[in-house]
Amino acid sequence: MAQSGLARNEQVSGWLFVMPALVLLGVFMIYPILWSLWMSFQVGRGMAFSFGGFANIVRLTQDPVFIRALTNTLTFLAIQVPIMLVLALLFANALNDSKLWGKGLFRTAIFLPCVTSLVAYSVVFRSMFAADGVINQFLLFTHIISDPIPWMADPFWSKVVIISAITWRWTGYNMIFYLAAMQNIDRSIYEAAKIDGVPAWARFWYITVPMLKPVILFTTVISTIGTLQLFDEPNLIPSTPGAPSDSTLTLSLYIYNLSFKFMPSFGYAATVSYVIVVMVGILTLIQFLAARERRT
Amino acid sequence: MSNPLALIGRIATYLLLTVAAFVSVFPFLWMVIGATNLSADIIRGKVTPGGALLQNISVFFSSVDMPRILFNSFLIAGLGTALTLLVSSLAGYGFEMFRSKVREKIFAGLLLMLSIPFAALMIPLFIMMANFKMINTYQAILLPTVASIFIIFYFRQATKAFPHELRDAARIDGLKEWQIFLYVYMPVMRSTYAAATIIVFMANWNNYLWPLIVLQTNEMKTLTLVVAGLTSAYTPDFGVIMVGAIFATLPTLIIFFLLQRRFVEGMLGAVK
Repeated sequence: MAQSGLARNEQVSGWLFVMPALVLLGVFMIYPILWSLWMSFQVGRGMAFSFGGFANIVRLTQDPVFIRALTNTLTFLAIQVPIMLVLALLFANALNDSKLWGKGLFRTAIFLPCVTSLVAYSVVFRSMFAADGVINQFLLFTHIISDPIPWMADPFWSKVVIISAITWRWTGYNMIFYLAAMQNIDRSIYEAAKIDGVPAWARFWYITVPMLKPVILFTTVISTIGTLQLFDEPNLIPSTPGAPSDSTLTLSLYIYNLSFKFMPSFGYAATVSYVIVVMVGILTLIQFLAARERRT
Repeated sequence: MSNPLALIGRIATYLLLTVAAFVSVFPFLWMVIGATNLSADIIRGKVTPGGALLQNISVFFSSVDMPRILFNSFLIAGLGTALTLLVSSLAGYGFEMFRSKVREKIFAGLLLMLSIPFAALMIPLFIMMANFKMINTYQAILLPTVASIFIIFYFRQATKAFPHELRDAARIDGLKEWQIFLYVYMPVMRSTYAAATIIVFMANWNNYLWPLIVLQTNEMKTLTLVVAGLTSAYTPDFGVIMVGAIFATLPTLIIFFLLQRRFVEGMLGAVK
């Protein structure tokens, strides 16, 4: 049977509605990501390319700056994401109490950091963590430390600053997801547990956390993807990007340096960018598999 | 009920939340206090307001062509938001209201691309813009951001709640498909548009990396770039930087306080 006029009309309309977006995505996303893959097999400086096979991948393994950027990025990831998510979970749990006084005020305050632009808060943090800055003054004043900490002059402490900064910016954001999910948990489960004499910490650990597993997984994946692409903070909080001596250099910052700071090495930069693509891809796959497992 | 353990727990909760709230808000206070102090006092950790506010403001306005910079920022964020909402809501509506096997496959493909990191796109995009002779133009900033998979997905999810009877009734009344979208769908979905506006406007207003690559002359720069640029001086003037940071934060802060509920809904809604 021939397609009726209405059905054909539906088909045409469907394409017309999605077409502008698909064309734009094709030109500005699919084409560039494929080009980038092709580019990662090219060697040369500036716009003069030649095919290099796996030369760039070999270069990766022998490039101490890349290794440093990769290690830094993974360090940020491994330390920052768990700290932030645990804090977000604790805050959400504390706020998810109907008898809590000043709930709205606390929630707004903790959420406030994610309203700021990354650039604005980075420059503010830079001034706070100055050698004689307010953070050191506070720690000295409260006798937590006896000598000022050389925050941004030290390879270890500079990482601590970056981690603190990202945690400050994103904890409230993740907390909102947990709060929303907690409000969907049936109150009567808690009431029953309370009657059975289950203490508060056990209710949190054995009821809340398992019920939040999907959203915890989700926030882990988005935070990980975000941290893998870290750029604004290590570019702006240190006195020079990635300082001191590359101890806050991230993969994105390195790609930027390779492409736009020195004589551009686009092919090699594309290879480094594919390291991020592969890591993000693996994570997305894990999330997909976990989500499927949940459904069956 | 009032056993000592519960009381201690209660006090600990308030303590935790008070510290968290203070730490969260302090940098905002610091930014405002900083704007009233001289740079040397700021990096010495002076926590009391000073008398340098007017001086900082006047240095800021004399070193930055503020009308032009604000024009750039609002044009890019405003126009970018309008175009993103239009293109992406059209697609979200199209994917949900007109089903076909091919388009479902395409949509699944888009979801897979949701997590493509921008770092992997920026080099080809830069070369592309150079080839188009579009470096240092508004188009170069806007074009790659207008079709947002995230916002398409957001609108498709929201469209599931759009009553199909409204469309059928409009068809019987003889409205064309684009008229149904414009005169029925858009007004009905205005709260979805409001939430999406907040997300997209914030992302555009705060965007840093791509404008940093593409916008190269001072008269094209956005406020975000200008504030970042102030820090690259050999001895940055933090009083002036704080003034800039306040200007950069103010629009999103105002949106947040005016539309707090929608703001949070917008962030959550994209996930559901």
